Formats: sequence, structure tokens, C-alpha cells
Amino acid sequence: MEAKRNHTVLITAFCLLILFALAVVLQTLIPASSSWSMLLTVLQKGAVYALVAVSMNLLNGFTGLFSLGQAGFMLLGAYIYAVLTIPVADRAGVYQYYDGGLIQFSLPWPLALVLAGLGAAVIAYLIGLPVLRLRSDYLAIATLGFAEILRAICQWDKLGPITNGSNILRDYPRFSAMSAGSISLSTLAPVVIASICILFIVLLINSSYGRAFKAIREDEVAAEAMGINLFRHKQLAFCISSFFAGIGGAMYAMFSGSVQAALFRSSMTYELLLIVVIGGIGSVTGSVLASFLYIACSEWWLRGLDSGSFLGIEAPGIFRSGFRLVVFSVIIMIFVLFFRRGIMGNRELPDLFRRRPKSGKEASK
Amino acid sequence: MSENVLHMDHVTMQFGGVVAVNDLTLDVNRGEIVALIGPNGAGKTTAFNCITGVYEPTNGRVDFLGRPMVENHPQGKMKKLYAGEHRGVYSRVLHPTPDRITKQGIARTFQNIRLFSALTVFDNVLIAKHMRAKQNFLSATLRLNYREERRMRQEATALLEEQNLLHLKDEIAGSLPYGLQRRLEIARALATEPQLLLLDEPAAGMNPQETDELTEFIHDIRSKYGLTVLMIEHHMDLVMEISDRIYVLDFGRLIASGTPAEIQNNPRVIDAYLGVDEDG
Amino acid sequence: MEFFNANLPYLLSGISVGGQYALIAIGYTMVYGILRLINFAHGDVFMVAGLMMVYLSTAVPIYAAIPLVIVLTVLLGFVIEKVAYQPLRTAPRMSVMISAIGVSYLLQNLALYITGGLNQNYPALPWISDTITVFGAATKRVTVITPFLTIALVVVLVLLINHTKIGMAMRAVSRDFETSQLMGIKINRVISVTFVIGSFLAAVGSMLYFSNYPGVTPTVGAMPGLKAFVAAVFGGIGSVPGAVIGAFLIGICENIIKALDTILMQLGVIQSGLGLATFSDAFTFVLLIVVLVAKPTGLFGEKATDKV
Repeated sequence: MEAKRNHTVLITAFCLLILFALAVVLQTLIPASSSWSMLLTVLQKGAVYALVAVSMNLLNGFTGLFSLGQAGFMLLGAYIYAVLTIPVADRAGVYQYYDGGLIQFSLPWPLALVLAGLGAAVIAYLIGLPVLRLRSDYLAIATLGFAEILRAICQWDKLGPITNGSNILRDYPRFSAMSAGSISLSTLAPVVIASICILFIVLLINSSYGRAFKAIREDEVAAEAMGINLFRHKQLAFCISSFFAGIGGAMYAMFSGSVQAALFRSSMTYELLLIVVIGGIGSVTGSVLASFLYIACSEWWLRGLDSGSFLGIEAPGIFRSGFRLVVFSVIIMIFVLFFRRGIMGNRELPDLFRRRPKSGKEASK
Repeated sequence: MSENVLHMDHVTMQFGGVVAVNDLTLDVNRGEIVALIGPNGAGKTTAFNCITGVYEPTNGRVDFLGRPMVENHPQGKMKKLYAGEHRGVYSRVLHPTPDRITKQGIARTFQNIRLFSALTVFDNVLIAKHMRAKQNFLSATLRLNYREERRMRQEATALLEEQNLLHLKDEIAGSLPYGLQRRLEIARALATEPQLLLLDEPAAGMNPQETDELTEFIHDIRSKYGLTVLMIEHHMDLVMEISDRIYVLDFGRLIASGTPAEIQNNPRVIDAYLGVDEDG
Repeated sequence: MEFFNANLPYLLSGISVGGQYALIAIGYTMVYGILRLINFAHGDVFMVAGLMMVYLSTAVPIYAAIPLVIVLTVLLGFVIEKVAYQPLRTAPRMSVMISAIGVSYLLQNLALYITGGLNQNYPALPWISDTITVFGAATKRVTVITPFLTIALVVVLVLLINHTKIGMAMRAVSRDFETSQLMGIKINRVISVTFVIGSFLAAVGSMLYFSNYPGVTPTVGAMPGLKAFVAAVFGGIGSVPGAVIGAFLIGICENIIKALDTILMQLGVIQSGLGLATFSDAFTFVLLIVVLVAKPTGLFGEKATDKV
């Protein structure tokens, strides 16, 4: 028992260390002009997506709540972060249509990052009050609806002095500007932040509360009969998931350099959901792997599909803008239809290094 | 007379126009094994669901350990629709959720086993320990609750050992054979530290040998944990052997109650239930 | 009277768009009634129908294009069901819903690839795109035709469901999937018919809708799709008349909100515009959430009790 847990901790720590080292080394070794610099983008954006996908998995995979509100909470996080951190001196330029905006202070970025999470969690709490009493598929539609409402509110002209209406927010602290002395931290920072957050989620999933969440996923009636307060635990999972989606949204803002409400459409939620499915519903490792793979494919490996040549094949007529996404959707449908358990099923990284007892024959219903 | 554990007072459960349980009054005293029998559709499981908070009874009251736990009277649309026999006055509306009732000390099993079937045997029992642990999500996540966690694990291990399930602790619950699943479900219910255990057809689908084992098992857990048991069962051998008292339901109504000997000789029961059973 | 005349166009277009939503909503409500599946791809089927008309109208005469679009849309709905949903019949419901989202994603991306993301102009359909005058307000004939056509189609559909053998099978399947299978109903056929009817109505709906809103873009199906689903929930999912009433209500409310700024200013409640039109889409979801919380089974839905 103890040995098994130590084993898990060791493997996790080892992988994290490699990842961190990689982030620092690659950052210094790869010149910005090299095509390998895409690898850094993949690491940065992948880390952001990994966090949000894991937070979504906490709800959909571990608690069994089919929620489609992730983009909405990312939007909230991104906006809270950006609004609070734009330097006072730059506000006049950003809020040019709203006389420099209403808020005339700016917070240090780590604080704003936490506030972004908290803000999303508070809104999730309020939304959860009515919505979490609904049955699974109604919950999906209601959360999707709330995400749309949040987007409409952010774009509302009357809130312009705060949210800048439907214009973009920019000039806030970004990953690419972060450094310690002469070493750029633009890759290390997102990787470390995402790792800490994901670690927290993993610890939660493996705690007594995580077990309660899984019980709810398996059978609500039985979970309730075991003394688990359904509503409170669902609310908790929803708030925690939204907290990290909020942080993920803020990180997305820090990665991309500018935010606009129009980015956070429901198609973003669908994308995240499909990442979770490809990774394996109920596997944190799967979500992380799938996020990096997804970003690597869409930003790097499959780029050629959009620009004329792919794997040495020149076919500008077919390989034109948008073809990448078509190939992508087909891959996703293949996963959904034929590899429903995703890359990892519900296994985690340490499981791969361990010989499974014969319980491998899952009783999936 | 020993202490009263459960008292159902004129409980009526009506779905639309259908009265599933009609004016049911029953008592279970400390240390007793009481059986609730009756033909299919007599309203036995509905009565269980009224006790455990799954349903809100239309009328009546349920006391647990001498204190009112569930209480209701016809409201809204039911005021007009109400077709139950008893029209007693219950002024309060008490309807705790099932988890609260479990926390007060009533545990149950289900007619068609409801285990957390994709989780391990150990996790199934451990989950039942969750509600009584002193912790919150932060302390649990940051492992500040390690003492509680250790206690939960020890207790769960001890319970599995007592139930001879320890060697299966890493098995997936859904992969166990039927008889063991039943036993695990009872073990899981025991893990909530109940005073009253409700068993819904514990012997369903069991062969005679397994049924005998179950009889012994129920006797065992009563003496070991000082439990009171109320069970729904169709196996007459089991019921007659094990029960201190029996209540008989038919079409939602209580038609007889008494010791096994009294019930066996009650002509109404033979008509309603045993007679049907022989024909079928 | 002047107030009425000034705002009549909003009401008219509300009724019209409501009818168009209704035609889409029926597809949702029937599929949900039978499969308990939110067919997220349905809104995209509607979009694809619009695109097909755009491309077909350049290749064949419009009179040939109209039936062709209907046939092809029906075929599309049929194929989606066979390929993406039927293999998952025994899978957990979440898997099927994810498959539906996957299909929606695929259709949108295909459309994006084919159109290059550009707005495609919808061809003017003969007769229904003509401009006419109603109570002094100029509008397209489609605006007036839509509610009548919708109601006529719904009546036919309700007759079909209540008085034909396949309709009886549909009702049986939506009541109890397993039992009707045991009773010898060919489930797959019933489901295929449901998708065929749903896609047919979506094709008709797309012709009416795009005659009013000239542009077809790859994501144009998402919003009407969601709204139609909300309409279906509002009316009590599984109920065809409920979905239609819900759709009209949403269409009208949405258009009133679009005009709310001007209406409130005319009434003297506010002095300057509040920009409330931003919320015309969001309103649908507010309505949804209110309905789900207050009466989760919708206006005409039946209460489902879980057996423990």
C-alpha cells in the first residue's frame, strides 16, 4: 500500500521535473526563428488546454456531471485577469472608446490570476444553485446557455467601461514577457502554473471527496444512501472545476496577449470536450496528453494540411485553409465511434508502469 | 417493551391517483428483526423509500428513535386527489434528503443491487465512511486530514475482514459474483454505522445454500453490531426462521402482523399471499 | 395605433422566425422523445441544407434545386443516424451526446473548408422571397407564409403520429424503448423515420429562414439550433405541439427584445438606448433556465419518476 503510493509519487515527480527542465532548456536552446520554436508554443498553449481539460474531466469524467460551461468560465477568468492587470498608464489606449475605462488601478498578476479563479468559482456557485438540480442532458444545455449569457453580458455596451464592450483587451502582463534575469520564463511559467493546478486536482480526486464524486458518478441514489449530500458535492465539484477553468482562461489570456469575448464560443467547449474524450473520460493523464497532442496537431504537425503541402505531398487544391480541421474532426469521430475509451481509458500514468492486477476487465455499464 | 427504533404512523404514499402505500402503521423495536412481506406490488419497497427519504410520503409520519424524522400531509394538488384512508392531522412538513437520514443512522440495501460497480470493493466501503469524517475539501486535498483518512481506511479494512471480503478488496465491485455483491452491499451499508438496517430482498436470486448462509449472516450482524433490522423478503423459509415479527402488506394495506407462527396461521395472509404463491 | 404600426414588423418577423424555429424544434423533440438524445448536429443539418441550396441553385434550375435539397438533407440526417448514433445504441447516453457534438463539429468544419469561411449569399426563391405589404409594412412574403406553412406541416405530422402504424410505433418507442422492441417493433426503422421527418422539416425550415436572413456561414446553424432545442424543452420535450408553441414564443420574445430599446424609448421609460439587443440570444437561455427550474418537464411534458 505505502510502497504503491510512493511509487506513484516518484513517477509523477520525475515526469514533472523532466517537463520543467525541458521547458527551460528548450526555451534557451531553440532560436525564435527556427521552425522548432513551434514546440514552445505547443508547450505553452498545451499547458493551458491541459489545465482546462483536466478541470472539465473533474466534472464530466469523475463526478458524472455533463457540463458544457467551460468556455464561459474561461471567459470570466480571462476577463477578470485582463481587466485587473492592465497597467494604469495603458488604460487610456485600451479603453479608447470608453474614456480610459472605469477601473483605474492594476493588480500584480499572481493576485489577479487567483482572483480570476475565485471570480469564476463564485459565479459557478450562483449558477449551480438552480442548474445542478437538473438531469444530465438538461444540465448540459443549461450550462451551455449560461456560457452564452456570460458572453453576451461581457459584450454589453453598457458594461464597456469595465469590459471594453466587444473590443479587445490587451497590454496586460503576458507569459512572453516573463523572465528571471536573462532567462526567459515564457514557457516555464505556464507549465509550472498548470502543473500546480493539475496536481491539486489530482490530489482532490484521490481524496475522500474524490471518492464521493466518483460515487455520485456511479450511482446517485446509492451515493445518497451512503450519506453523501448530492447537491453539496456537485456544487463543490462544479465550483472547483470552474475555479480552474477561470485560471485556465486567465492563462489563455496571458498566452495569447489579447482577449475578446467572441473567442469563447461554445465551439471552444466542444473542442475541450473532445480533448477529454480522446484522452479518456476519467483519466487526468489522458486529458493532459490529449491536450498537448491536440495543440501539437493543430498548431504544428497538421499545419501543412492548410497550406498546400503535407508529408511531401503537394496538393494546394485539397490542402487549403480549413482542411486541417476536417481531418481533425474525422479523427475525433473515429475516436468517438471506435475507441470510446480514448487513449488512456480511465488509467493514469503510474498505472502504465505497474502490472495491473486482474481487475483489468472493467465492469463498464 | 424495549426501546422503539422506528415507528411509521399512518404513512400513505400516493402517486397521482394510485395509492401505493395506504395508512401503514408499524413499529420496530431495538434488537428486533422484523420482516415486511407481501405479494409483488404490495408497496413494500415504496414503504422503504418513504422511510429513507427517496419519496416524500403523501400523508403520515415516520419517527426514528422516538423523534419525528419524516412528516407530511396532502398539499397542493394532492389535497383534492388524496385517496388514502387516514386523514389524521399532521401539521409539520419534514422531508430530509436521503443522505441526512443515513447520517441519523438508517442504512439500506437495494432490491436490484446498487453498488458503485466500476470502483473497487475497498472504495465502495470507504465511500460510506466519507460522511462521518471530520474534514473539508481543502484539508482532504492537502492531506491535512491524514489521521481521519487513516482511521477511515482502518475501519473499512476491519469491516471487510469481518465480512470475509478482505481478500477481494482490490477487485472491481461489478465483477464480483452475485452473492458476494449482495454481501458487499450489506457491508457497505454497515460502514455508515447505522442503528437500523433496511434490507430490500437480501435473498433474491440466491440458492438454498446461500440463503442459509444469509440467515446466519443476518443473525451475526445483529449480535455483532447491536443492529435492528427491517427487511423485505420473499423467501418464506428465511422470513419464518429469522424474524421476530412480521408485517404483511397487500395492495398497499397492512393486512396482518404478528409472530411468524401467527402469520402462518392467519387465513387472510394465506388468501392474499401464500395462496397466490402456491398457485404461481 | 401609431405605436402598433411602428412595432408591427418586429411582431411579424418574430412570428415568422418562430415558425422557422418550430420546424427545427420538431426534429429535436422527436429525436429526444425516442432516443433521449440531444441531437447537437441538428442545427448543423439545417445549416448544411442552406449551403446545399446555395451551391445547387448555381448548378440546376431553382425548381429542381428545392426538391433536391430536401432529398439530400433527408439523406444526410438518415446517414448521420446510421453512422454516428446507431453503433452507440447500447453505449452510455453521454457517449451518444458526445458523438452528436462530434458530428456537429465535423459538419461545421466541412462547411468552413468548402466555403472558405465566407458568407454565402442565399438565392432568392421564387414567390416566397417577393416583397409584399402587410398593414402598411413592407416585408417578404415568406414572413407571412411561414406560420401558416408551419402549422399545416405540424397538423400533418400530428395526424401521422396519432393515426398511422408508424406513428403508433413511434409513440410506443418513446414510451418504453425495451418493451416496444420485445413487442416486435423494428426500433431502427422507427428511429430512421424520425430522423427523416426531422431532417425534412429542417430542410423546409432552412429555406424559409435563409430567405429572410440572406447569408449562410458555417456556424449559422448553431444558434437557431440551440434556440429550437430550448423551444422543445420549453414546450415539454417529446411533445410536438409543445415545441411549436415554445418556438413561436421564443421567436416573438427575441424580436421584441431586439426592439426593446426603441419600444421603451417610445413609451418614455428610458431616455437613451440600453443596448439590450445584445441580449436577444441570451434571453432564450434565461427563459430555458427559468423553465427548467420552475417546471423541469416543460409546459406539456409528462413527469418522469425514477424507479428505485
